[in-house]
Amino acid sequence: MGEGMILKIENLHVKYGQVEVLHGINLHVNKGEIVTILGANGAGKSTTLNAISGLVKVSSGAIYFEDQPISKVPAHRVVELGVAQAPEGRRVFGTLTVQENLNLGAFTNRDGDNIIQTLGWIYELFPVLLERKNQLAGTLSGGEQQMLAIGRALMANPKVLLLDEPSLGLAPILVKAIFKTLKEINEAGLTIVLVEQNARAALKLANRGYVFEVGKVALEGPSADLLEDPNVQNAYLGGNH
Amino acid sequence: MEEFFQQLTNGLAVGGIYALIALGYTMVYGVLKLINFAHGDLFTLGAYLGLTLLTSLGLSGHLGTVLGLIVLAIMVTGFVGIAGALLERAAYRPLRDSHRLSAVVSALGASIFLQNTIMLIYGAKNYVYPLDILPRTTLHIFGLPVPLVRILILTASLLLMAGLYLFIQKTRLGTAIRAAAIDQGAAKLMGINVNQVIMIVFLVGPGLGGVAGLMVGLYYGQVNFTMGWVYGLKAFTAAILGGIGNIPGAMVGGLLLGVIEALGAAYISIAWKDAIAFCVLIVILIVRPTGILGERVADKI
Ligand SMILES: Nc1ncnc2c1ncn2[C@@H]1O[C@H](COP(=O)(O)OP(=O)(O)O)[C@@H](O)[C@H]1O
Ligand SMILES: [Mg+2]
Repeated sequence: MGEGMILKIENLHVKYGQVEVLHGINLHVNKGEIVTILGANGAGKSTTLNAISGLVKVSSGAIYFEDQPISKVPAHRVVELGVAQAPEGRRVFGTLTVQENLNLGAFTNRDGDNIIQTLGWIYELFPVLLERKNQLAGTLSGGEQQMLAIGRALMANPKVLLLDEPSLGLAPILVKAIFKTLKEINEAGLTIVLVEQNARAALKLANRGYVFEVGKVALEGPSADLLEDPNVQNAYLGGNH
Repeated sequence: MEEFFQQLTNGLAVGGIYALIALGYTMVYGVLKLINFAHGDLFTLGAYLGLTLLTSLGLSGHLGTVLGLIVLAIMVTGFVGIAGALLERAAYRPLRDSHRLSAVVSALGASIFLQNTIMLIYGAKNYVYPLDILPRTTLHIFGLPVPLVRILILTASLLLMAGLYLFIQKTRLGTAIRAAAIDQGAAKLMGINVNQVIMIVFLVGPGLGGVAGLMVGLYYGQVNFTMGWVYGLKAFTAAILGGIGNIPGAMVGGLLLGVIEALGAAYISIAWKDAIAFCVLIVILIVRPTGILGERVADKI
């Protein structure tokens, strides 16, 4: 694994039943970066994140986190190693309180001081969660649930944060606020992998990007280059502005 | 009035036992969305193990009645809990990713296997618990007579339920169980070892069912190898009544069913005692399939 690399995926293949949906993904993430993964629905973005997290079985290829192969490590151990995910559709525990959701995020975190400190930081990033900490997560608005999903992932004190479409279904103003917070989280030292449909906002935030097409990497490069790329502009940015 | 009070206290004592068994159905359903049909037979196992330990170890002779019974209950809970965890390993885990119907068939198979194992070991005759274990005295509450045994049984089941409730609501592990019941994938993303959670559920649920078997032995004084069937069905009814998957629901459902059954037997007809429970089940499934506190189940069995 290269110098400064924290996550590396080599020739990753994943099948659901008999159907292969990832056909040899290669991808790497450097320490401290924000890397975005773009692509149409069904391109395999979520499957890639879930393969990293250990939620789906890898049929061949390798995933390394900090030089350690993790493609056969069970999901709960991956979190312990330092990779947390805020999944697509938020998946907060609706019948538990906001506070309980955040405590669950810290399930693998044995460092009491860190938990208190992180909780304080999350409430600073998302003050609305503090206001609603005794409310059931299911009663929060979509945007608040997304904040909770991100906060919950941060509670594990991860080194890499995987985010699957955090802007899904949110009003533009909320998306802007959440992306601003992601920048803050990144500046605090976390490496971020951001899966997005909102390509323009994601590329503006990220250092580099990958564009997936039906289970393969179609394009990759620095965000600035991808923003200028005519193919990307046509397919994902709604033409040339 | 005295008749009513007799039936009420009897119903509450039996209802406490139903509730303990119902908790096992509801906890397993909560995390696996599976009805553990072998649960009634684990209850039977608890009744027989209790009898064997009681007669062979003479615990209450050595330790005094109270301490002896507590040690006995802990041993039965532990053994039946381990049997439950082994059952999960052998009969359910290999089918975790298969069609739900496979697991249901496996559960029925496990039930038959357990019941026959108990029959082969102990024989098909009825067994009688030693009668002198629990005091046969009668207390008077507001001038109305209540056998002390009923109060002891009800108190023990309420204490166990309170303990379970605190475990589920207040501890880290309990919160992990609740999380896994809501969304297993998201629970894994929290770093929760879901396999371990399922194992704990299969320790705790059958453990409580086993101790309920011991309580039935002590209360009625008689056990046989098919007793798990009727008690299992009643407790399953109680779990549905309270809302399957819902832990407080199983507690409420158990107590309520015990009381309904006792009052029904007294005021309608004793011959209808068992039918009453199943009428309750049918009415609930038609009128309110979610139970008193729970989620919809009709299409999930
Ligand atoms: N649990 C699943 N079972 C079977 N097929 C799935 C499952 N999840 C996703 N797929 C399929 O895998 C492909 C990639 O899906 P996904 O990774 O969710 O894409 P994306 O996140 O880019 O929208 C799609 O064709 C999708 O239909
Ligand atoms: Mg997706």
